[in-house]
Amino acid sequence: MTARDTDWDGVRLHVVTGKGGTGKTTVAAALALALAHAGRKVLLIEAEGRQGIARLFDRPPLPYEERKIAIGPGEANDGRDPGGDVYALAIDPEGALLDYLQMFYGMRSAGVALNKLGMVDFATTIAPGLADVLVTGKATEATRRKQPGSASGFTYDAVVLDAPPTGRVGRFLNVSAEVSGLAKVGPVRTHADTVANVIKSPQTAVHFVCTLEEMPVQETLDGIAEIRSVPGMQVGGIVVNMSRPAVLSRQELKAPPDLAAMAAALGSAGLYDTGPLAAALAEEISEHARYIELADRERSELEATGQPIYELPLIAEGIDLAALHKLAAELRDQGAA
Amino acid sequence: MTTENPRLDIDRIIDDRRMRIIVCCGSGGVGKTTTAAAIGLRAAERGRQVCVLTVDPARRLAQSMGLSSLDNTPRLVDGIDDEAGGSLHAMMLDMKRTFDEIVEAHADPARAAQILANPFYQSLSSSFSGTQEYMAMEKLGQLRRSDEWDLIVVDTPPSRSALDFLDAPERLGRFLDGRLIRILTAPVKAGRPFGRVLNAGFSVMTGALTRLLGAQVLRDAQTFITAFDTMFGGFRERADATYRLLQTPGTSFVVIATPEPDALREASYFVERLAEERMPLAGLILNRVHSAGANRLSAARSLAAAETLEAASAQDGTAPSSSDGYPAALLTAAALRLHAERMNLGRREQRVAGSFMSTHPAVPVMEVPALPEDVHDLAGLRRIGGSFA
Repeated sequence: MTARDTDWDGVRLHVVTGKGGTGKTTVAAALALALAHAGRKVLLIEAEGRQGIARLFDRPPLPYEERKIAIGPGEANDGRDPGGDVYALAIDPEGALLDYLQMFYGMRSAGVALNKLGMVDFATTIAPGLADVLVTGKATEATRRKQPGSASGFTYDAVVLDAPPTGRVGRFLNVSAEVSGLAKVGPVRTHADTVANVIKSPQTAVHFVCTLEEMPVQETLDGIAEIRSVPGMQVGGIVVNMSRPAVLSRQELKAPPDLAAMAAALGSAGLYDTGPLAAALAEEISEHARYIELADRERSELEATGQPIYELPLIAEGIDLAALHKLAAELRDQGAA
Repeated sequence: MTTENPRLDIDRIIDDRRMRIIVCCGSGGVGKTTTAAAIGLRAAERGRQVCVLTVDPARRLAQSMGLSSLDNTPRLVDGIDDEAGGSLHAMMLDMKRTFDEIVEAHADPARAAQILANPFYQSLSSSFSGTQEYMAMEKLGQLRRSDEWDLIVVDTPPSRSALDFLDAPERLGRFLDGRLIRILTAPVKAGRPFGRVLNAGFSVMTGALTRLLGAQVLRDAQTFITAFDTMFGGFRERADATYRLLQTPGTSFVVIATPEPDALREASYFVERLAEERMPLAGLILNRVHSAGANRLSAARSLAAAETLEAASAQDGTAPSSSDGYPAALLTAAALRLHAERMNLGRREQRVAGSFMSTHPAVPVMEVPALPEDVHDLAGLRRIGGSFA
């Protein structure tokens, strides 16, 4: 196995959150691909039942079952790094409750009946943190699961959790405090404590996905502050997604373009109607300059947190499997995996 | 963007005095709240008495309307153009406060106090996934009944799915209807209509829940249900009445999406669902659309021209240069590459939007261009409203 330092070497559970619309699921999937190399096995978990992972990997909807969906890239073409495997699991609270009842009490059939009656709704309402603790419980269980004979001793070398959006992630992860408000004793409380032991440990990191716009950046800063306020919890990296390339240098963007010279250049390249075209392009440059200026400002706010920042390009053609691999390679090159 | 779909005319909707409610819906992160505020402002400046009901706690929106914060009471927004005789109020839904007020209005003080102090009620009123939607519906009903405003613009809660706004109240209603709760919390008595076999089954399940959650939790639920029982009827009726209000011609649903596959998929589900529920759809606002000024120059030709300029400049440096000495050829090449990128992005957005439009050819659509900056003030909201014209 090739040894290679990454920013998150000790981390086995990667929680990925972000504001809606920033591409959280895409980044989680790319991170899972990036981690799957050198024979490593990675589990990618979707916590919110949108089947976004299945769509990204162009697969039919995922059942409540861990199944292999992709092969990670090898490091080199000489066969020394055979790549790795990405498994995926879509979790819903119902499935997680049945799983829990079966695992701890052997009560699956009672659970099925509960579910039919809408009892899961009932149970999760009585204890609002219950659904969360069941979902995070499944993720931590997969993280801790042992497999004798594997290189690491664990079934999965890493688990990537596509978590709820930034606004809710603190509550989602700080499960034990939430449940304890209602269930002071009993098995759920014990379960919540076990989950918290994994989440509030150095083997878990919470990564934030955002775009370089005001609201997503503000939410990211708020989210980071929230995670930092919980003792034991670790903030991971910030993934700036859909970043648009700065085609021109900051200097070039500042200077007002010489329209006549531009028009002449356009003419020499064989284009027509060069006067209006130069004016339109100049307007596009100045809009781009405004965008870059804003993005720089937002980036420096993110840098002030001191967390590692990874920047992924906007893929104008849309996200397909090839694009996911490209993003995964970016994450690896920048040291995120 | 070329489209066969009719154009969504927001001005026609807000100028129609019979229109009393506009509901803005769509999945998270598409700009619902800002759009709702922009529609509200535009309607107010065109002479309507408007109240914007938002559920988004973002401070920025309140600030953009010149308010330090929004709370559960409509606040007057200063600085609008009131020449046409309109006014604008804004408020933010506080779901717990709204729930508490219903309890206080429907129960005698002693019983209300008992309910408000109940731990089960507290978690229900602040955490149940359907409560926010239910309370948004309730608040909308209250505002409408008060008749103080002639147009209410409501922004739906930021949920996973746009459909939650329609489904959640029903879910909470069913839940509070309490048959299930009653069965579960009542001690198993002999001779109940469900029969002995079912009772035995339920007691197994009650046992399972008790083991999961602890007995105290079930006792709290039981106390709550007993206290809440008498006021439940009115509660349900009001929600049903508001739901019916949404089916009348005085209501318009505006679906908001960005030109992204996920957002448009949600929009599609919602449009289909509105048709099933016979709720009046005004159309789709396609938000944050990218376009390029020089839109007649294709990405391919733009890139080719950039390459020509770069090659020529690398070879002999004879390309025209600008007065300040920076090679104009290279600057122009960079501008052409930038343009090609924007054209590609725009084309992809068109393709994504096109699949929505060909599936729903009768749905009126309107585009709002992407702005580099967030909205900070009334002028920003007004600018968005300007693209409705």
